[in-house]
Amino acid sequence: MNIRLSLTVNGESRELLVPVHKTLLEVLREDLDLIGTKHGCELGECGTCTVLVDGAPVLSCLALPADLQACQITTVEGLADGGRLHPLQQAFAELGAAQCGYCTPGILLTAKALLGEDPAPTRQQIREALAGNLCRCTGYTKILDAVELAALRMTRDSPTVGRRSPAEGAPTANTKVGGPQ
Amino acid sequence: MTKRFTVVGQPLPKIDAWGKVTGDTRYADDLVLPRLAFGKLLRSPHAHARITRIDTTRARALPGVYAVITGADLPRVKFGILPVSQDEEALCTEKVRMVGDAVAAVAAVNEETADRACRLIEVDYAPLPALMSIQESLAHPEVRIHEYGDGPNVHKNVALQFGDVEAAFAAADLVREDVFFYEGNTHLPMEQHAAVAHATPDGKLTLWSSTQTPHYVHRLLAKILEMPAAHIRVIAAAVGGGFGGKLDPFSHEIAACRLSQLIGRPVKIACTREEVFYIHRGRHPVLMWIKTGFTKAGDITGCHLKTWLDGGAYGSYGVASTFYTGVINPVTYKMPVYKFEGARVFTNKPPCGPKRGHGTPQPRFALEVQLDKAAEQLGLDPADMRRRILVEPFTKTANHLTVTTIGLGECIDRVVEASRWRDKAPRYAAAQAEPSKPLWQPRRRRGVGIACSSYMTGAGTAIYWNNMPHSGVVLRADRSGGVTVLCGATDIGQGSDSILAYLVAEVLGLDPKDVHVHPADTSLTPVDLGSYSSRVTLMCGHAAIQAAERLRAVVFKAVAAKLEVDAATLEARERKVGVAHDWDKAVDFARAVELGEAMHGVLAFAGSYAPPKRAGKYKGGGVGPSPCYSYSACVVELSVDEDTGEVELHDVWIAHDIGRALNPLLVEGQVEGSVYMGIGEALMEAQVFRKNVHKAPSMLEYKTPTTLETPEIHTILVETDDPEGPFGAKEAGQGPLLPVMPAIANAIYQAVGVRVDEIPITPEKVLKGLELKRQGKPARVGPDRVPLFTFKEPIVVESAFGAPAEAIAVRPFADSQT
Repeated sequence: MNIRLSLTVNGESRELLVPVHKTLLEVLREDLDLIGTKHGCELGECGTCTVLVDGAPVLSCLALPADLQACQITTVEGLADGGRLHPLQQAFAELGAAQCGYCTPGILLTAKALLGEDPAPTRQQIREALAGNLCRCTGYTKILDAVELAALRMTRDSPTVGRRSPAEGAPTANTKVGGPQ
Repeated sequence: MTKRFTVVGQPLPKIDAWGKVTGDTRYADDLVLPRLAFGKLLRSPHAHARITRIDTTRARALPGVYAVITGADLPRVKFGILPVSQDEEALCTEKVRMVGDAVAAVAAVNEETADRACRLIEVDYAPLPALMSIQESLAHPEVRIHEYGDGPNVHKNVALQFGDVEAAFAAADLVREDVFFYEGNTHLPMEQHAAVAHATPDGKLTLWSSTQTPHYVHRLLAKILEMPAAHIRVIAAAVGGGFGGKLDPFSHEIAACRLSQLIGRPVKIACTREEVFYIHRGRHPVLMWIKTGFTKAGDITGCHLKTWLDGGAYGSYGVASTFYTGVINPVTYKMPVYKFEGARVFTNKPPCGPKRGHGTPQPRFALEVQLDKAAEQLGLDPADMRRRILVEPFTKTANHLTVTTIGLGECIDRVVEASRWRDKAPRYAAAQAEPSKPLWQPRRRRGVGIACSSYMTGAGTAIYWNNMPHSGVVLRADRSGGVTVLCGATDIGQGSDSILAYLVAEVLGLDPKDVHVHPADTSLTPVDLGSYSSRVTLMCGHAAIQAAERLRAVVFKAVAAKLEVDAATLEARERKVGVAHDWDKAVDFARAVELGEAMHGVLAFAGSYAPPKRAGKYKGGGVGPSPCYSYSACVVELSVDEDTGEVELHDVWIAHDIGRALNPLLVEGQVEGSVYMGIGEALMEAQVFRKNVHKAPSMLEYKTPTTLETPEIHTILVETDDPEGPFGAKEAGQGPLLPVMPAIANAIYQAVGVRVDEIPITPEKVLKGLELKRQGKPARVGPDRVPLFTFKEPIVVESAFGAPAEAIAVRPFADSQT
C-alpha cells in the first residue's frame, strides 16, 4: 500500500507517493536521491543514519516518514549554506576527522544538534553527545577535536570560518584545542 | 636533515575530505543505474551439511523475480585468494561448511521481492557434525571439513628453526613457558559490503565494489566466470572502512556478475550487517605456547613459539596468517635463536583472514606479556628491559629478515617521559600491596603498562608469484598545468589517494589541488596489488615519485632550452619552473608543460615499484620480508574496579616510528584509529559462536568502544628517514594497534595483580582473577593446556641474527628508463 507524503527536507517541500512501510532512511536515499545519509545496521544501533528532525538527532532507519510531515528534516546535504560549508564540515575536513567518511554525515548532524543546544560544550559533553555514533576509523580523537574547533569558530563568529586557515588558531598536528587532557 | 619540503610534512586536508563532509562521496550502495535489479543471497542455516536438493521453482514463479541461480549456474570452479587455497565456491554445490555459506541467489525488481523469493527456495540439507573449535576439529579427524591440507582438518602445518633453541634455553638464567589465548574478532567496517555488476550485450562486464583489492577481484572473476580478464572491468567504489575485511573476492560480487549476465540488467547486492558478520575474514582465534630464555640482565637467549589458529571454514589468506603468527616477532628485540611452529585448523565457522595487523597481534600479545612477567621475576623495569634489547639497525634477524632503521629506542623514551612512567610505575606497583578500601568507598586501583611492537611496511612478495611491479602509476600532465595520477591503489579511508597527490605535488612544485587522482579502475589504472600489509604509501609512493621525476626531467629539458640554461640548475616550486637565482624568469608550470609537450609529445609517464628481493633462502622465507619495519611503543594508564572487574582507560601514550610523516595529520589519524581498535580487541570485541551461530551478529551485541570508552590518545611521531621509504616514510595503519592489548594487560596486572592471559580481558575474567587472589591462589586467568598435536619436522636454517644488512638493497625497476 502506498501513502501520499508531504515532507520538508533541507528547506524544500517534497510530495511523494511511497510504500507505507518505507523508513525515512529509505525514502531519503531511494526516493529523494539524498544518498549522503548512510546506513550501518538499519536496526537503530550505530548512529550512521542520523538526520535532524526539527533540529534534534533522529535515527532515520527507525523513523517513519508519515509521522514527520509537519517537521523540518535536515540531512547532510542541507548542512552547507549554498556553496559555503558549515563550520563543522570545514573543521572535519581540515582536521582529518573523516577517514573513510561513512559515519561522517551522522556525526556531523549529531554535533550540529549539540552545538545548537550548547554552543560551547566541554570535551566530555561532546563525548556524551556522540556516544551513539560509532566510528571504526578515527578513534574519535580527531572528531572531538573538530567539534571543538567548529564550536570555537562559531562562538567567536570568526570571519575566517568557511575558509581553509590552518594558520589561524586551528590546531595542527599534535596540538589539541581546549578540553580536559 | 638536508631535504626541504613544501607539501610533505604539512598537516593538509585529504583531497577527498570535502566530498566526505558534504555527503557527495559515492560508496557502492549509493550507485544506481537505469533498470537496476536488486539481488539477494540465500545462506545456509547449517554449520556443516550436505546439500541434497535445491528447488528454485517457486522462487522463479514469484512476480518481480528476474532470475534465481544456484552453483549449477556458475562454472564448476573453486577459487580462493591464495593460489594454494582454492577451496571456495560462490554458491555451494555439494556441501556447506558454515552458517552463512551462500547456496543460491536471486535478482528481482526490488529488495523485498528478492528477499521473499529467497524464502521460496527449497533446500534440503543432510547435516554433518559441526566442528566449532580447534580442539573439536583435531579430535574428530573422521569428520573432514575439506579434503585438502596438511592433515585431517589441518589447513597448514609449518615449522621453522633458526639455531639451537634447546642450547639457548640451557644457557639462560630464567626460562619461562606461558600459554595465551587470543579470541577472534571482526573488522566491523561501518559500510556493509555492496557490489553493482553490469554485464553488457558485447560480452563485457563491469563491477563496482566495496573492495580493498580490485586487482585480485579482477583476476579471480576471470577464473570464476571463465571469461577473458580483458573483458572484465573492476572499479573500486569509495570504501567505507576495510581493515582487511574487503580483501577477498566474495559471493555477493560473483553472484551479482552472473545474475547481470543472465538478465541483461545491472544488479546490485548490498549485504546486511548480519551477513557482514558471517562474511568475516577477521582476526583468527589463536592459542599460543611461548617459551623464552632470559639472562639476568634481561637479554633473550632464544625463543620457541607454537601457535594454533582457528581458521574457520575456508582458506582465505590463512596460510599467510599462519606464517605471520610467527615470523614478525624477531624484528623487535634481539632474539639470536628462534623456533616457530604453527598450525591452522579448519572449523565450521566463518573464515578468518587478514584483520589490521594480520596474524601478528596475537603473538605480540603473548611476547609482550611474557616479557613483563620476566622483567618482574628478574627485578627489571619493563621499559628499561625492552630498551636494552632492541634489534640493531641495518642487521638481519634470526629468521633472515632485514631490518633497516629502528626508532623504537626513541619511541620508548618518549612514551616513558610523556606518561611520567618513572613516577607512576613504582607508585602504582607499591599501592597494589595496600589493603582494599572499605566496601562503601569506590574500590579502584590504578596501573600503567608498557608494550612495544613492529610491523611490515608492505609485504615483500606478491600473493601470486611474478616478476612484475607491485605498484604502478601513470602520470599525465595537461596543458592546463594540472596533472592526473592513474593508480590502482584503493583509498579505504586511510588517505592513499591524498598521499599520491602530495608526493606528485612535492616533486613537481605544485599544490595538491592541481593533482587529480583517479580511483582504482582495472581498465584505466596500472595495477596496485591492494590496500593490505601497509604497503600502499611506500609502494605507490615510490611509483608516483618515479613517474613525477620522469615527467619533471622532460619538462626541465624543454624549459632549459627555452631559458637557455642547464636543466640541472632548474627547480620546480610555486607552480613554476625556473632557476633559483633568476626566479623572475621562471615559467608557469602550465607553460612548462606546453614547452615539454612541444618537444616530447604527449606528457604521460609511468612509475613502477617492486620491493627489494631479500626473502630468506628457505621454504617459507617469502612471508615476513618487507622494505622496512615500523616500530611503536605504548603506555596505557587505567584503573580497575575491584568489585565489578571493569577496566577504565584514562590515557594512552603512543610513539610511532613513521620514518617520515608525509602528512602528520593523516599519520596521527592512523595511529589513533589503531589504538582505538586495539582497545576494542583488548577489552570487549569477540567473534564467538553458540549452537553454531554467531553469538552477537549485530552492532549492539558485538561490543565496540564508543566515544565514552575511548580515552585520550596522545600520539608522538618519531622520524627515522628510512632509506627504503618514499621520502623516508614507513607505515602507520597497522603497527600502532599491536602494542595496545599487551600494554593494557600489563597495566591491569600492575593495578590489581591479576594476569589475564586471554583476549578480550572482560570484567568476568578480571573478577575471576581477583577471586583467585583472595583465595591465595595464583591470580592468573587464561588457558593452561595446548592440544596434542604433532608439528612438521622443522625446516632447519642457520640463524642470520646480527648479520649486517646489505647496503641499500637493489630494487627492480628503480633505475630503468622511461
